[in-house]
Amino acid sequence: MLHDMNPEDIVGDFQEVTLDLYGGFKRRILYTEIETSYPDGKLIVSTTDKEGVITHVNQSFIEMSGFTEDELIDTPHSILRHPDMPPAAFKDLWDTVNTGVKWQGFVKNLRKDGGYYWVKATVIPNVRDGEVVGYTSVRRKPSRTKVEECIKLYPTLF
Amino acid sequence: MSYQFTVSPDFTPSHLSGWYIFNTWLQNQTDNAIHLEMYNDFHEQRDAIEADNVDLIYANPFDAAQLVREKGFKPLVKSAGESDEAIIAVNADNHVEDVAHLESGLRVAVTDDPDVRMMGMIMLEPGDLDETNIEEIPSDTYVIVAKHLLKNEADAGIFLAESYDELSKMIRSQLRILVRSQISVIHHSLMIGPKLLDQREKIHDILINMNNDAKGRGVLESLGFEQWQTVDDDEMEFMIDLMDTLTM
Ligand SMILES: Cc1cc2nc3c(=O)[nH]c(=O)nc-3n(C[C@H](O)[C@H](O)[C@H](O)COP(=O)(O)O)c2cc1C
Repeated sequence: MLHDMNPEDIVGDFQEVTLDLYGGFKRRILYTEIETSYPDGKLIVSTTDKEGVITHVNQSFIEMSGFTEDELIDTPHSILRHPDMPPAAFKDLWDTVNTGVKWQGFVKNLRKDGGYYWVKATVIPNVRDGEVVGYTSVRRKPSRTKVEECIKLYPTLF
Repeated sequence: MSYQFTVSPDFTPSHLSGWYIFNTWLQNQTDNAIHLEMYNDFHEQRDAIEADNVDLIYANPFDAAQLVREKGFKPLVKSAGESDEAIIAVNADNHVEDVAHLESGLRVAVTDDPDVRMMGMIMLEPGDLDETNIEEIPSDTYVIVAKHLLKNEADAGIFLAESYDELSKMIRSQLRILVRSQISVIHHSLMIGPKLLDQREKIHDILINMNNDAKGRGVLESLGFEQWQTVDDDEMEFMIDLMDTLTM
């Protein structure tokens, strides 16, 4: 389940905003300007069902997001949605994977403590016997040049 | 009926005899005639898989997708607690501290071991490096990758972590690790093909119990393994999805 964020979980000064999520969901987000840099050599992995509800996460996912495994499993992936991410990026993600092909992009993700981290994400549909049964996403460390480009580009996409 | 067994060509050379010992042991334990065929490189091995000339394989994760999805293979076991990890190393005299500071035109010594190459290339990306702006120095073995670094014929080398750790102390003292991957879920697996599938459970159980007697332990030792650990279908599917995500 997706809950509003809890001020007690937040580290540092924060701002508040309400996000409109898929299916008419509203979520109150508390976010700070504190960046956690992507750890060298690691991959952050998750799988979802066809609706984007998380079915599996690896240890790096847990460490970087700050959530426990229990808080993540059976929860919509938009639990990481950061207000600085333009909706067009996720529309593109879903439009792409729905046609059966891989999506790649740079994503700013929200942590449980209100901070953020940048990733280079790849999402693919998992096909079994010709049918899509879910999605896998693998994130790796992005280059700083690419992140700087996104920091300039994304505000123009709202 | 005789079955064909093969081993991913990236095995550590010092374990070559170990695989022959393992094959003899396996034939005795399972009452099957099994022929061990070692291919020179991944191309030759893939051709053999394509031609259905493989029934049992210690497979590189890169080949797992083809084996499972196209050839009906199933996983049996992996070396317990181990995974394939990659290292980017430089000459110890090189002052670069971070991959992000490496520059285009970088000369990278690399083997044709496909999963290690892939992991290495991913670890170079934070430096805005990819196939288009590095110069690859093809190397037959990891010792040769190290030699290219020592002779300054390469600026960085991509190693299988296990092989790097097995380099002599002398060589390692002249190198420096920039990044070591911690991916944990990419690994070689022993996999079984359609002709042997009716024996899957029997062979699996024999392998899992291998470390329980002295003879079996000795054979494992000659492979550099402590014991086998089950790889079930779900774990294999997850690894294949992950590899697809990274390669497709
Ligand atoms: C496999 C997979 C991984 C995803 N990973 C993320 C992620 O890391 N961060 C994120 O904000 N959205 C991610 N999404 C997209 C979300 O499902 C969602 O579309 C997005 O957060 C925007 O929320 P909304 O669709 O409710 O508007 C992922 C989707 C899939 C299928």
